[in-house]
Amino acid sequence: MADLRATIAGITSPNPFWLASAPPTDKEYNIVRAFKAGWGGVVWKTLGEDPPVVNVSSRYGALLDSNRALIGFNNIELITDRPLEVNLREIAAVKKAWPDRAVVVSLMAVMTEAAWAGLARRIEPTGADGLELNFGCPHGMCERGMGSAIGQVPEMVEQVTRWVKNATRLPVIVKLTPNITNVLWSAEAAKRGGADAVSLINTINSIASVDLDAMAPTPTVGGKGTHGGYCGPAVKPIALNMVAEIVRNPDTRGLPISGIGGIGTWRDAAEFLALGCGSVQVCTAAMTHGFRIVEDMIDGLSAWMDEKGYRTLADFQGRAVPNVVNWNDLNMNFVTKAKIDKDLCIDCGRCHIACEDTSHQAIRIIPAEGKRLFEVVDEECVGCNLCAHVCPVPDCITMHEQETGRPYLTWPEHPQNPARVLPPKAAE
Amino acid sequence: MSGVNGAAHGNQLSLDRDLVPPFTALQAMAESSRCLYCYEAACVTACPTAIDIPGFIRKIGTGNVKGAARTILDANIMGGTCARACPTEVLCEQACVRNKAEAEPVAIGRLQRYATDALFKAGVQPFTRQAPTGKHVAVVGGGPAGLACAHRLALLGHEVTVFEARAKAGGLNEYGLAAYKMVGDFAQREVDFILSLGGISVKTGMALGRDVTLAQLRQDFDAVFLGVGLAGINTLGVAGEDLAGVADAVDVIAALRQRTAPPVAVAGPLAGRRVVVIGGGNTAVDAAIQSLCAGAAEVTMAYRRGTAEMGATGHEQDLARTQGVVLRTWLAPREILGAGGAVSGIVLERMAMDAGRLVGTGETVTIPCDVVLKAVGQKLAPGGLDGLALAGGRIQVDETLATSLPGVYAGGDCIKSGEDLTVQSVADGKAAAFAIDAYLKA
Ligand SMILES: Cc1cc2nc3c(=O)[nH]c(=O)nc-3n(C[C@H](O)[C@H](O)[C@H](O)COP(=O)(O)OP(=O)(O)OC[C@H]3O[C@@H](n4cnc5c(N)ncnc54)[C@H](O)[C@@H]3O)c2cc1C
Ligand SMILES: Cc1cc2nc3c(=O)[nH]c(=O)nc-3n(C[C@H](O)[C@H](O)[C@H](O)COP(=O)(O)O)c2cc1C
Ligand code: SF4
Ligand code: SF4
Ligand code: SF4
Repeated sequence: MADLRATIAGITSPNPFWLASAPPTDKEYNIVRAFKAGWGGVVWKTLGEDPPVVNVSSRYGALLDSNRALIGFNNIELITDRPLEVNLREIAAVKKAWPDRAVVVSLMAVMTEAAWAGLARRIEPTGADGLELNFGCPHGMCERGMGSAIGQVPEMVEQVTRWVKNATRLPVIVKLTPNITNVLWSAEAAKRGGADAVSLINTINSIASVDLDAMAPTPTVGGKGTHGGYCGPAVKPIALNMVAEIVRNPDTRGLPISGIGGIGTWRDAAEFLALGCGSVQVCTAAMTHGFRIVEDMIDGLSAWMDEKGYRTLADFQGRAVPNVVNWNDLNMNFVTKAKIDKDLCIDCGRCHIACEDTSHQAIRIIPAEGKRLFEVVDEECVGCNLCAHVCPVPDCITMHEQETGRPYLTWPEHPQNPARVLPPKAAE
Repeated sequence: MSGVNGAAHGNQLSLDRDLVPPFTALQAMAESSRCLYCYEAACVTACPTAIDIPGFIRKIGTGNVKGAARTILDANIMGGTCARACPTEVLCEQACVRNKAEAEPVAIGRLQRYATDALFKAGVQPFTRQAPTGKHVAVVGGGPAGLACAHRLALLGHEVTVFEARAKAGGLNEYGLAAYKMVGDFAQREVDFILSLGGISVKTGMALGRDVTLAQLRQDFDAVFLGVGLAGINTLGVAGEDLAGVADAVDVIAALRQRTAPPVAVAGPLAGRRVVVIGGGNTAVDAAIQSLCAGAAEVTMAYRRGTAEMGATGHEQDLARTQGVVLRTWLAPREILGAGGAVSGIVLERMAMDAGRLVGTGETVTIPCDVVLKAVGQKLAPGGLDGLALAGGRIQVDETLATSLPGVYAGGDCIKSGEDLTVQSVADGKAAAFAIDAYLKA
């Protein structure tokens, strides 16, 4: 049985599965249920200075697929709407009762040292394991100069991080907003400010849908709507990329990362870990299915690790990082082609029409008795994978590397590149 | 059978409850998402009317349910009846690629019903007629073939008069299909919907050969379509066929559908009586099951060959069995026994295959019973068809459905096109209308 213990910025947990700062971590009641279900840690729902915020009614929007499976989720909620004192009391009680679990506390304040340092100093005595600075909330709080209003200005990220670091001995995780042009600027700023780790992503600015009867965005509050924060399965690719950017950037390399965004299964989590994350955080998946999903996250991850021969998370953490490169470093001489398993094929024609209408006219239909035969025309196939993605049968269309005998050749070295850089040898 | 198309859904059938209940909105949504939106889909090829099945299912999925109904009705104006009565297990659903993927087809029939029901409920007329052509076509027979032909002709701008022998239009939709497939007054609602297009007038109680002749129609109209179905009945040709309690299955079914007393020959209601149905086709199955619905004490179906040779699909055989019909095979009727002028039993001879030929073994079986229903096939009733060439007992047509007489076309059960099915008759009617249109414009 694999060892799932995780350590990030000095904070330990029995497994890497944390609940992200959000409604699931709003209060003692939920968190006790989460720990009973097996979650390794939590980031407490963001605390702010009193008086607490007031939320609106009608708060969530969703993007559903045709089976009503939730693929994207959006919210216009603010930070905790409970008094600071109540939260602090409950944090202390939870940490005392669950000493082996990670209890990190998220906080947010206006842009003054007194506010941030004051909050941090009040949290420290609860026994919490660390702090997470919420620079992310993209709605409501930013209109008050908080959340992403801070997270979008690298100088402010650095400043606040430094204030908090100076005010407390607790490890500080800076939670980054994806609503920026380049995540490296804020990650680097956090590092300069002394952050022990970064976590990402917070939610993405979004309008979930437009209600065509009300003619208003959803969620609709009395006929009006506003932009909210987007999360759930649909944001995972965006989060993975931002994690990868930070992990392979020379100035932030080695900075511990807690991965967040669209994680719902052990497989999602393993992908974030493979890109170098030390823990992962989950919100939407728990809000969709309840805390019980962690059982398979733990079970599935350890089964997969056993199968692969990984004993600890460190054995595969960051393993995919060396293979994330810039486009210019890809091998232009690599060739792959689609192949259709005619026995698995169910004759739906989707691969043909996709390639025929929108790609390279590389799948031809051969009429046959009973069922049509679909065949890839190798000369036309560019190896784009479209057909493999639209085929409803797993492994029916597979991509196969073609032996070319040609060497690794990048675009900068490519003969068709007008700005070609000759390889060192040829240049001599 | 299992899943959404499961036989009778475990229920005891009745004359006024759906064999397959309609989908709820949630079920329709879930089922529509199973459709792969195939390209040049196998299911479409398997539908005699070539409904754009992936197209209409996608419309259900996007919430464009009336658009889905329009797609269906555009190809098959009796899409509502076909959704209920088509043996989908040998048509579209048999071809659905989901069978190969997961041994369960998309429930095309039920989705089709969901869409068409929604349109009928909304009372929408989705079609408009083309500009009047001034041509007038006579359609003989107000069944699926005749009405489908009439509707398409009216769409194309022609005027149509339908001559129907019976009191109501609809053909076997009204008088033949099993009650539990056509619950309520759906057949008449569909006829009303078809006629609401305009341009079609129906003369009921007007039979070709009795009230009107083909020569007259050819003279008075610009073209004629014959959709007279198979009004003749095959007999058993055994002693005792005239006893009280012997009847044609189609007559009994018609009576049950019309909620009138069964034909006199059956001598009283079916309730509590022992029924033997002779035949192995869908009519036999329908007669057997509906006899049980009507309260028959026991029902036996006797067929002279094996289950594999039965005209009834495997699905329908299963349905009969689960409803409590006793299916007996390799038994051919030899004599109907009587007591006091009424049926008391039937003697059947055990049959066997010998060198590829069906032969009697000489061994007989006697089944005591009160009612014998004959379902050994219908045939063309020759009345009024003078001058028309026949082939194989049906009206002879070429590939455009033109008969041997210029300007006279035919379709449905009265020709040999595909299977004798509602959907095939609709396909014939539609095809004939296009051929007539071309003929009238030539
Ligand atoms: C008991 C039974 C059950 C069936 N169940 C199914 C089923 O579940 N699914 C399925 O797909 N198919 C089923 N069928 C077959 C289907 O009903 C027929 O294939 C279809 O109705 C044929 O359509 P049609 O228009 O050719 O003939 P019909 O439906 O027979 O219509 C012919 C019309 O012409 C009229 N007519 C006849 N002679 C004259 C005349 N001389 N003058 C004027 N009018 C005349 C008749 O009164 C009738 O209205 C069943 C058939 C029977 C008998
Ligand atoms: C309803 C809701 C409220 C949230 N509130 C907070 C919050 O108070 N503080 C915070 O840092 N992030 C908050 N988030 C963002 C989540 O912590 C997380 O970063 C984001 O949802 C992405 O993860 P996911 O795809 O697993 O949901 C909230 C998210 C949701 C859905
Ligand atoms: S990989 Fe792309 S180009 Fe090749 S057959 Fe598939 S869809 Fe066509
Ligand atoms: S998409 Fe897959 S199943 Fe469909 S025709 Fe192509 S290979 Fe066959
Ligand atoms: S074959 Fe099945 S999956 Fe494909 S279009 Fe038809 S109903 Fe849909």
